[in-house]
Amino acid sequence: MERLIRNPFGSPTPIRKTYGEALVALGAVRDDVVVLSADVQSSDFSYMFEAAYPQRFFNVGIAEPALVDVAVGLANAGKIPIANTFAFLFVTRALEMVRTHLCYGGANVKLAAAYSGLSDSFDGPTHQTVSDLAILRSLPNMTIVVPADSLAVEKLLPQLVAWDGPAYFRLCRNDLPQIFTDAYEPVIGKGVTLMNGDDATLIACGVMVARAIEAAQLLAQQGMSVRVVEMHTIKPIDSDLITQCALETGAIVTAEEHSIIGGLGGAVAECLSQHAPVPLERIGVNDTFTESGPYAELLDKYGMSVDAIVTAVQRAVARKHANPIEAICEAV
Amino acid sequence: MATAAAPVSAARVYPYTAPHSAAMVADLSRRAYEYRAQVLKMVHGSKSGHIGGAFSIAEVLACLYFHQMRLDPDNPTWNDRERLVFSKGHACAMLYTCLANRGFFPLSELQTFRKLNSHLQGHPEPKKTPGVEVAAGPLGHGVAIAAGMALAARMDGSRRRIYAILGDGELNSGVIWEGLMVASKFALDNLTVIVDYNGVQQTGTTSHVMPTEPIAEKWASFNWHVIEIHGHNVAEILAALDLADEIHGRPTVIIARTTKGKGVSFMEGQPAWHGGIPDDKQFQSAMAELDERISEWNA
Repeated sequence: MERLIRNPFGSPTPIRKTYGEALVALGAVRDDVVVLSADVQSSDFSYMFEAAYPQRFFNVGIAEPALVDVAVGLANAGKIPIANTFAFLFVTRALEMVRTHLCYGGANVKLAAAYSGLSDSFDGPTHQTVSDLAILRSLPNMTIVVPADSLAVEKLLPQLVAWDGPAYFRLCRNDLPQIFTDAYEPVIGKGVTLMNGDDATLIACGVMVARAIEAAQLLAQQGMSVRVVEMHTIKPIDSDLITQCALETGAIVTAEEHSIIGGLGGAVAECLSQHAPVPLERIGVNDTFTESGPYAELLDKYGMSVDAIVTAVQRAVARKHANPIEAICEAV
Repeated sequence: MATAAAPVSAARVYPYTAPHSAAMVADLSRRAYEYRAQVLKMVHGSKSGHIGGAFSIAEVLACLYFHQMRLDPDNPTWNDRERLVFSKGHACAMLYTCLANRGFFPLSELQTFRKLNSHLQGHPEPKKTPGVEVAAGPLGHGVAIAAGMALAARMDGSRRRIYAILGDGELNSGVIWEGLMVASKFALDNLTVIVDYNGVQQTGTTSHVMPTEPIAEKWASFNWHVIEIHGHNVAEILAALDLADEIHGRPTVIIARTTKGKGVSFMEGQPAWHGGIPDDKQFQSAMAELDERISEWNA
């Protein structure tokens, strides 16, 4: 395996600025790209596109249903609209528009979901989003992508724009450490194996990828060999890779900045229950609203610390040894 | 004994530049009743559908599809086509009837309406039905989507026009007014919205369920140009659609005062016929009334 992760990680870079720059870069090469915002372009950094291409930028005001509907109209004429607002607003206030016109009607609209997960940490639970993956995953035809660092944003955004159909791009508000080397070449729909290992597999997305790598490195010091997979595409989920990891390592732990219900952990559970029912532990928010506070501490407090991942891997491996995969699969 | 309406096929299209002759007005008026008869057969055949709101929009749709809009049924996704957002999706039996008569798909498909394996879903679906622009049914989307289409036309430097048809009950929905502000902000004078103001929604009159008057003043206060017409008068519809083309700097709304269930006496103005299904006797009786109207326009 070509080396995909930096060791140590690169210093944290602003995801929002990277996203704004990636939008501008797209605007230069594709004149069918148009960008809309529900008056949060100073938050999500789509203002950078507005500055570069004012004729292709539309602020519809604080009106998220109209944000999606106006984008639907633009898509009908062959434009590729990238609609911007906070993640929770897409999947709550504007969800009917997303379901009816993007998922059912097939409108080729891209949703850039800012401030996702707990990343709008100080603004509190009204602004945080830990249910978006669960809500959107249940809708047919929706593609869901979660970049894990700034390089992933740069490399995945153009793919998303070229993708035929609606898509949801889940963006972090904050600076994230640079995880990937230039050898990282993500492809929508395919998980990426970042570290090899035989004792268990950690499957992570977004901000939790860096934490999963740290956990695997700690476990390596204890003599445990843990595979790490970055699952940037939550839907369509890479079932083949999940199944392969389950059969080869016999235990799975998922880690996401989302409720443990219905997101990455839910998708992996669905896959495993059908193809390879090995022990699964899910790291995420445990079916609760959180609170205001510093981002890293908030993640730690609500169950997403590196230590929590380490413990979950140990638990999954213990369960595996109690019920080896061969026995489980024979029973099935 | 009622008879089925005369079959309609290869319906005549009057070019946009055609003068509004008395013969054209009479022909489109007659056809609106033929299309009502077709809708009646579809809903009676599938025992499902919405007659009242389909009947109230017949003349407006006939004017749009057979005169006003520049379309190519052989190439329904031609990007420079003019577009209609049919926001009151429940009335789609009338939309499908117009699309079939305009040549987007065979007339024979109309009888598959709301049945298994049909291209004609209970509410419009753009991927299945040629000529349908966007999904509809959940109410309130029309203005904002049409505004997006109008923005795209402007970006393309095209003079193509965008139309949207709303119900009046639909005006209860908040996103309608978001759309009004967006269209007004961007001065979308290539956008014409028609409100099928039939005064009745599912459970009662609009004045009882959620009063929307004074409706003209509401739209005007959002900086729209407002035209009010008698929505079953083809000459008035044609004149209003042309007038809207001449308004610069802001979008136009045509408030079309209509009658829900128009053309069948026992359905007119009755909330029960929003989604009511005629039994065989009612079907015969309604068809007889429509045939009479068709005969009158033929005379």
